[in-house]
Amino acid sequence: MYPASFEYLRALSVAEAISMVSNNEDAKFIAGGHSLIPLMKLRLATPSTLVDIGRIGSLSYVKDEGSQIAIGALTRHRDIEISDVLRSKAPMLAHVAGMVGDPSVRHRGTIGGSIAHGDGASDLPAAVLALDAVLVVEGPSGRREIKATDFFKGFLETALGADEVLVEIRVPSDIKAWSYQKFNRRAQDWAIVGVAAVRNGTTRVSLVNMGATPLRATGTEAALASGASLDDAALRADEGIDPPADLNASVEYRRHLAHVLTKRALSELG
Amino acid sequence: MKVTLTVNGKQVSRDVEPRTLLVHFIREDLSLTGTNVGCDTSSCGACTILMGGESVKSCTVLAVQADGAEITTIEGMASADGTMNAVQRAFQENHGLQCGYCTPGMVMASYSLIKENSNLDEAAVREGLEGNLCRCTGYHNIVKAVLAAASEMGA
Ligand SMILES: Cc1cc2nc3c(=O)[nH]c(=O)nc-3n(C[C@H](O)[C@H](O)[C@H](O)COP(=O)(O)OP(=O)(O)OC[C@H]3O[C@@H](n4cnc5c(N)ncnc54)[C@H](O)[C@@H]3O)c2cc1C
Ligand code: FES
Ligand code: FES
Repeated sequence: MYPASFEYLRALSVAEAISMVSNNEDAKFIAGGHSLIPLMKLRLATPSTLVDIGRIGSLSYVKDEGSQIAIGALTRHRDIEISDVLRSKAPMLAHVAGMVGDPSVRHRGTIGGSIAHGDGASDLPAAVLALDAVLVVEGPSGRREIKATDFFKGFLETALGADEVLVEIRVPSDIKAWSYQKFNRRAQDWAIVGVAAVRNGTTRVSLVNMGATPLRATGTEAALASGASLDDAALRADEGIDPPADLNASVEYRRHLAHVLTKRALSELG
Repeated sequence: MKVTLTVNGKQVSRDVEPRTLLVHFIREDLSLTGTNVGCDTSSCGACTILMGGESVKSCTVLAVQADGAEITTIEGMASADGTMNAVQRAFQENHGLQCGYCTPGMVMASYSLIKENSNLDEAAVREGLEGNLCRCTGYHNIVKAVLAAASEMGA
């Protein structure tokens, strides 16, 4: 399957990337291509122009900045998985990156691509939501910061403007306890449902594949804040949420998984 | 657009349409048909090659993205005199293939896995090859082959 024809441009800096997409509504960035190329092969995406940002080497890094770890958007899943800094200071992110797809996917896909794609079924978007990460984006008028909580807007829709590049992801380095529960039936598959839980004073819980975007389990969070038992808090994981049904799971099964996995995650926090 | 790659140690240059997938570039432009297309949807691993020494699914990479890269395909695994690489030999000795369709991808993914991990056990091999599907062998002999190759390669 060939994608539809497109024009290919290669950006060597963020500024160049931004100028290449400006005035071209149909242009798209490509990083690792591991979400975009499959969509283009199925002709679900038919950009007129691809701006390749995959060679902007300055956007691939993991930096220890004390209370925060800064990660360049073009850092590949594999490099996050094996980063010593992340393994010791923000181990949840390294763990979750290691659960994305299979090793060959992790050699190509980038954290920025996964977050900018904003798929509710993806692992890293839910992880950055639970971690209360800050996303740094750069556009024609400079840089701005968006909290992960305000980033995911709808099905494959984020707060990123078409001419903005996600450049950095900042996560806290002082997380006391965390858990990531990914439920799937076959190796390498996407999560049927996943749960990320982070305790850092308060407890934040987010859900994978329970809606069009990664979602906070606000019912569970409120229950915990008011001192409910883990069992009762877990049973509120799907409160206010309308999970999708698909070939893998019915709505009822997804709700059940959200309860069970949230219970497991909260128990693991201790 | 003109792309220049090093494939199995040799530099090659071709003009390609930007939408050309790396797997088609390898099979059709370079006539290296050892790399197979199985699913064409990034799932089966039949198209696995090494890019910069790491396994990648060449059906999910554009040839233009690989411009300047070093690529190894299954044809580049044996030495010039035909002596098989340790991974290839282990697949043969352990009967790690039946129809052989998945084998080029399995060998490339296994090689990358062994290079990246210094103490592989059975569970790590099974997990490390999760992106490569085999419809014949039931995987047991593939896992045996990879463990044999890993110990021979000093992992
Ligand atoms: C077989 C397979 C299995 C997978 N399994 C999983 C899984 O289990 N869990 C999971 O979470 N994911 C999975 N993925 C998806 C994988 O995580 C992708 O690598 C990732 O979602 C996209 O990253 P990328 O760099 O390849 O982005 P691309 O495909 O290059 O881009 C994706 C989108 O983001 C935009 N974009 C990319 N980078 C930026 C940026 N820096 N700034 C602004 N916009 C940008 C692009 O324009 C595009 O719209 C799988 C993929 C495959 C092929
Ligand atoms: S053909 Fe590339 S993964 Fe199946
Ligand atoms: S040997 Fe036939 S698919 Fe693996």
